[in-house]
Amino acid sequence: MNMIQAINSALDVMMGRDPAVVVMGEDVGYFGGVFRATAGLQQKYGKNRVFDTPITECGIIGVAVGMGAYGLRPVPEIQFADYIYPALDQLVSEAARLRYRSAGEFISPMTVRSPFGGGIFGGQTHSQSPEGIFTHVSGVKTVIPSTPYDAKGLLIAAIEDNDPVIFFEPKRIYNGPFDGHYDTPARSWAGHAQAQVPTGHYRVPLGEARVARAGEALTVLCYGTMVHVVENSVAEMGVDAEILDLRTLVPLDIEAIERSVRKTGRCMIVHEATRTSGFGAELSALVQERCFYHLEAPIERVTGFDTPYPHSLEWAYFPGPVRIREAINKILKD
Amino acid sequence: MSDRIDSDAGREEAGRNLPPLRLHVPEPKFRPGDSADFSDFDIPPAGAQARPDETAQPAGMRDLAYGLVRVLDEEGAAVGPWDPKLPPEMLLKMLRNMALTRAFDARMFRAQRQGKTSFYMKSTGEEAVSIGAAAALASDDMCFPSYRQQGILIARGWPIVDMMNQIYSNKGDRLKGRQLPIMYSARDAGFFSISGNLTTQYPQAVGWAMASAARGDTRIAATWCGEGSTAEGDFHSACTFASVYRAPVIMNVVNNQWAISSFSGFAGAEATTFAARAIGYGIAGLRVDGNDALAVYAATRWAADRARANAGPTLIEHFTYRVEGHSTSDDPGAYRSADEASHWPLGDPIARLRKHCIALGIWDEERHAAMDRELAEMVRDAAREAEKNGILGHGLHHPMESMFEDVFEEMPWHLREQQQKMLDEWKAAGL
Ligand SMILES: Cc1ncc(C[n+]2csc(CCOP(=O)(O)OP(=O)(O)O)c2C)c(N)n1
Repeated sequence: MNMIQAINSALDVMMGRDPAVVVMGEDVGYFGGVFRATAGLQQKYGKNRVFDTPITECGIIGVAVGMGAYGLRPVPEIQFADYIYPALDQLVSEAARLRYRSAGEFISPMTVRSPFGGGIFGGQTHSQSPEGIFTHVSGVKTVIPSTPYDAKGLLIAAIEDNDPVIFFEPKRIYNGPFDGHYDTPARSWAGHAQAQVPTGHYRVPLGEARVARAGEALTVLCYGTMVHVVENSVAEMGVDAEILDLRTLVPLDIEAIERSVRKTGRCMIVHEATRTSGFGAELSALVQERCFYHLEAPIERVTGFDTPYPHSLEWAYFPGPVRIREAINKILKD
Repeated sequence: MSDRIDSDAGREEAGRNLPPLRLHVPEPKFRPGDSADFSDFDIPPAGAQARPDETAQPAGMRDLAYGLVRVLDEEGAAVGPWDPKLPPEMLLKMLRNMALTRAFDARMFRAQRQGKTSFYMKSTGEEAVSIGAAAALASDDMCFPSYRQQGILIARGWPIVDMMNQIYSNKGDRLKGRQLPIMYSARDAGFFSISGNLTTQYPQAVGWAMASAARGDTRIAATWCGEGSTAEGDFHSACTFASVYRAPVIMNVVNNQWAISSFSGFAGAEATTFAARAIGYGIAGLRVDGNDALAVYAATRWAADRARANAGPTLIEHFTYRVEGHSTSDDPGAYRSADEASHWPLGDPIARLRKHCIALGIWDEERHAAMDRELAEMVRDAAREAEKNGILGHGLHHPMESMFEDVFEEMPWHLREQQQKMLDEWKAAGL
């Protein structure tokens, strides 16, 4: 399966198992979503459980809060992560705090799916990576898969979770892994080990990182599309890096991070979101607090720049092989 | 499969003898494979709507929010109180601008299919909405468009090579290749920078209009969004501000029946009209035949005069049809009947104005065909001109370091550092 099919399969499995699961969002019903992630679900489960919504993100999330309070498990889709901002108040002030402020009387068990990230010539309103905004908010979990297998298992775990989960889907790798080189032809998931996706129910637990590549020379912390770009850069350079695919940012697998950095003594962080106050800053602080005496070089961050995503220069903005290589060279120098 | 959602919550308390509640999820009339039939459409005859004084109270004109202002009748004659009685040169100018918009769309759509840019959006079938409005506004009134009003720039005489440079994100693009194609910005043309985030321009237009009023200016603002976008919170905030401060603004809703795959029912069309949104806010609301360039002109002119007379805002619903896909990324065949567009009962806006001009004796088929040929050549030449500045992804773009400009007025240390680092990295990589 490719990542779209894996996500579709997770929704299908969960709708089949739990009548409380409902799917809603702009164009998700009859059409099956602009990326086809919800294709066929309305036909199978009916319009009461899979339906198109008006174009109002604050409405979609506010309604999902109410549905969750009733006892459903809504899986709202925000068509592009760039359009999650109108819904921010409902997510941050309401969904994230409902359990806390009602001392557990009401919960908000929703999973907000949203394609995010760049590399598709989407310009500044179809490319952003807003995960840092959500990791900063108490009460929401943030999940980002990097493979079809994880996408399905993590999405199932998110839907079964009783807390609100933001599930960001790296749209650049929906159809195949991306090695970071714009000029090489797109690859497909076919034949990739992580594209072997069971058709039934399984869970990839939230809060557990995956060792995408074991190594000794340095630790690279990354997630989403960047896992593939890093894997490829590391292979091209022939360095013995350990690559940790974080999979969930909140809750974070701090043990896996500590274990790896203590082993390699060097840490590099790669994400596509802008640099300042990005999640990399949190990771860097955590590693510094917990592994300072094991570090043999300063922590390196490779991130998007502190500019909006530029349409024609997106390949220069994107933390691709050139920038990753320079950072690895620097961190391995001393 | 049960059509109801099962849940344990609320079950115990539910009255056993009461009928189960039902959720209504709207469904369009026609889907792929269906034959479209619009015969049950209530289309009032041209000329039937009354035309109140521009300064009349909104409460007295509710009918206009539910009717359809139409000027051009089936024979191509202009009839009724809304006939703007435009001089021949103006009619021909509007006809030409609509045809130019269509030719431009055709060329740029093809350019996208040829891989010269990433994305394009046509306004086919909706040309009268922007051309009619642009003709009725003063050239220095400020427009806050959405992505389907390229016709405004064309009507205001903005160079089409400049628009194409933007679409190609090339080195001639005044926006430095930063925006998605079609997201123009042309301050000198009174054309506000387009956002990809729907309806954000609505409160902005109201704010501009309020500022103009507060300063004692004479310029007004106009804004456009699709019917689907009226669901956004920004739309409703804008209406409240416009009403409260009687802002000199025209709020246009382009009801082209579809928001990507969602028909207008998902924005509330089953319950009421979009023009009727105005009523709850105490704003004047007009519902207009959006495929009738003269009706669009007349309604816009009425609303503009109203705003200039300090009589407040107007909400205009343009009832039209999106003939083509939503964008180059869309496949309308997957969600709507294939023959919907050809059955659209309000016709093609260009054909209708052409018929009117011919009926007036100021135009004929030969001249029209010659004009279409001339415009096709003109956009072809312009596209070649623009392509000399580069097409997307072929290297002729703004310098990489320009990425860091305009984030702030002055570049702070961290951006300067990032800029230098990027250049060093690319240099070290031998690129
Ligand atoms: C805030 C926001 N949400 C979602 C989108 C994705 N989107 C782009 S266009 C569109 C449909 C808009 O339909 P409508 O307002 O009817 O305008 P039309 O395209 O028909 O002119 C959607 C959902 C967006 N651009 N911005």
